Amino acid sequence: MIATIDTLHDMEASLKSAVIDLLYRLADDAIIIGHRGSEWTGFAPILEEDIAFSSMAQDDMGHAQTFYQMLFELGEPDPDTNVFARKLDQWTCAGMVSISSQRDWAMSLVRKYFYDVAASIRLDALAEGALVPLAQLARKLRSEKKYHLMHGTMWIPRLGTGTRESHQLMQSAVDTLYPHALGMFEPTSADLLLEQAGVCPREDELRKRWQAEVENVLCGATLKVDADMSPVFGGRAGKHPKDLMALLDDMQLVYNLDPHAKW
Amino acid sequence: MVIAIDPQLNKLSKEECERHLEVFEGRIARGDKVEPTDWMPEEYRHQLIRLIHVHANSEICGALPEGKWIPHAPSFKRKMALLAKVQDEVGHAQLLYRAAETLGASRQQMIEDLISGKSKFSNVFHYPAEIWTDVAIIAWLIDGAAIVNQTMMSDGSYGPYSRALKRICYEEAFHLKHGYEMVVTIAQGTKKQREMLQDSLDRWWPPIMMFHGPADKVSKHTTMLVQWGVKLKTNDEQRQQFLRQFVPKMLDLGLHIPDPNLRLDEKTGEWLYTEPDWDEFKRVINGGGPVSGDRVATRKLAHEEGRWVREALAAAATNQPVPMPTMTD
Repeated sequence: MIATIDTLHDMEASLKSAVIDLLYRLADDAIIIGHRGSEWTGFAPILEEDIAFSSMAQDDMGHAQTFYQMLFELGEPDPDTNVFARKLDQWTCAGMVSISSQRDWAMSLVRKYFYDVAASIRLDALAEGALVPLAQLARKLRSEKKYHLMHGTMWIPRLGTGTRESHQLMQSAVDTLYPHALGMFEPTSADLLLEQAGVCPREDELRKRWQAEVENVLCGATLKVDADMSPVFGGRAGKHPKDLMALLDDMQLVYNLDPHAKW
Repeated sequence: MVIAIDPQLNKLSKEECERHLEVFEGRIARGDKVEPTDWMPEEYRHQLIRLIHVHANSEICGALPEGKWIPHAPSFKRKMALLAKVQDEVGHAQLLYRAAETLGASRQQMIEDLISGKSKFSNVFHYPAEIWTDVAIIAWLIDGAAIVNQTMMSDGSYGPYSRALKRICYEEAFHLKHGYEMVVTIAQGTKKQREMLQDSLDRWWPPIMMFHGPADKVSKHTTMLVQWGVKLKTNDEQRQQFLRQFVPKMLDLGLHIPDPNLRLDEKTGEWLYTEPDWDEFKRVINGGGPVSGDRVATRKLAHEEGRWVREALAAAATNQPVPMPTMTD
């Protein structure tokens, strides 16, 4: 039986550092997928999806904000400084969320679904974990994630089986994204400690759960996955696709006019 | 004043036409709402479709100037608020296209008319949002001007449009607060920030003064719309209400309003101003504004690139309906 950790201040330095590492990964993934989602506002294929993507992007940004807030409570910079003043190599988001998919609806939809399954599995695991404040937060956030998952599990089969063109576009999106999606479970030096403390299972364990769930839905949508694909890692270690630099330039544009100004 | 309606257009004899019209106008005079299944003159239906269609187009094109700044919003708070605001505007477009559908217009056709340049959208969205502070001016003053118009229209005679507008106004009130709070924050900021805000106001003021439409003496649609209870105030009355509400607040914030003739006439209580350039207004709403072409091209691109999704959706609905996932808790 693993003992629970009741407050953020009850952790030893090494565990605290591992939790900080974990929170940055959660927060960075969430803000970047939210930013990518918001790129569809005003441009989606139907008005209802414009509204859905904008709404989910707000949820993802909101989740990011709560993770950054927890980081702030652990002595890290405040949420705005973290998002608007951090340099490229300080980010630890997975490559999959960084890739630009603007104007590619199939890529955006599949990517969002892959992310949502991963986020849900993590939140479910954290909700059962030993770090009480994080478990409480995870329970709250997963109630919103449920709706994002519904969105993906409705759309993936519709477009996978809709027309020949939609099937091809969806299959191509799956082929492109799957190795990057596996990269969301890049092992890190914090894994072992987080597992031993009962905070969170190891990344390869989470990946297995993710693959089982995703492959089931893809199969129902007549979409295939090449089992031999190897993961694309790097994001967790600060090595990012070029697209992330462009995204950060966009995101930090107004902030950088005067980092001390209030807007 | 009596509005004559055309028996042939309404597929009725002259006598039937007069009888129906009397009942219809009587209901409007009593303040009843006209519902989709009620008899209405074809002229009324046509005017309402035109009006709602332009309004829906304006919401969807209005999402573009502000939407452009979502990726650049300088804090969590602004990023999420701006995203929520623009989402609302797209939601308004959806509500309005649905209201127009109740009159027999098709959404597909309305969107195609927008992207072919056949139907219009509000003059203000033919101008570009060049800097971040434009977003603050748009949310405060354009949403403010829109509330003046839409609150009045929400008491109008057509039920579905009136109810959509009530909901829209409720959300616009939040946009106004969001815009005002941004303007106040920036107005209290650095010299550079205040200069940016003033620059935004200088560029947006002329289009905002045209927002409520041509002066009453030249507006051609007003009479019929007022008679049938669609529009309850004239363009000039709306413009006066906007000026009464906003000019004192702008002056309080230290903003300079770029019109040397703007002043309150103490005797009449009306604001005097330089008459907007109605030739520019006409040119702009007919597609000759600074970014008219870009707005239509963007909507066209979104529509064309989304075609495969809509086709797949239609095919999936007929071939293999996807059941809604069940919620377990």
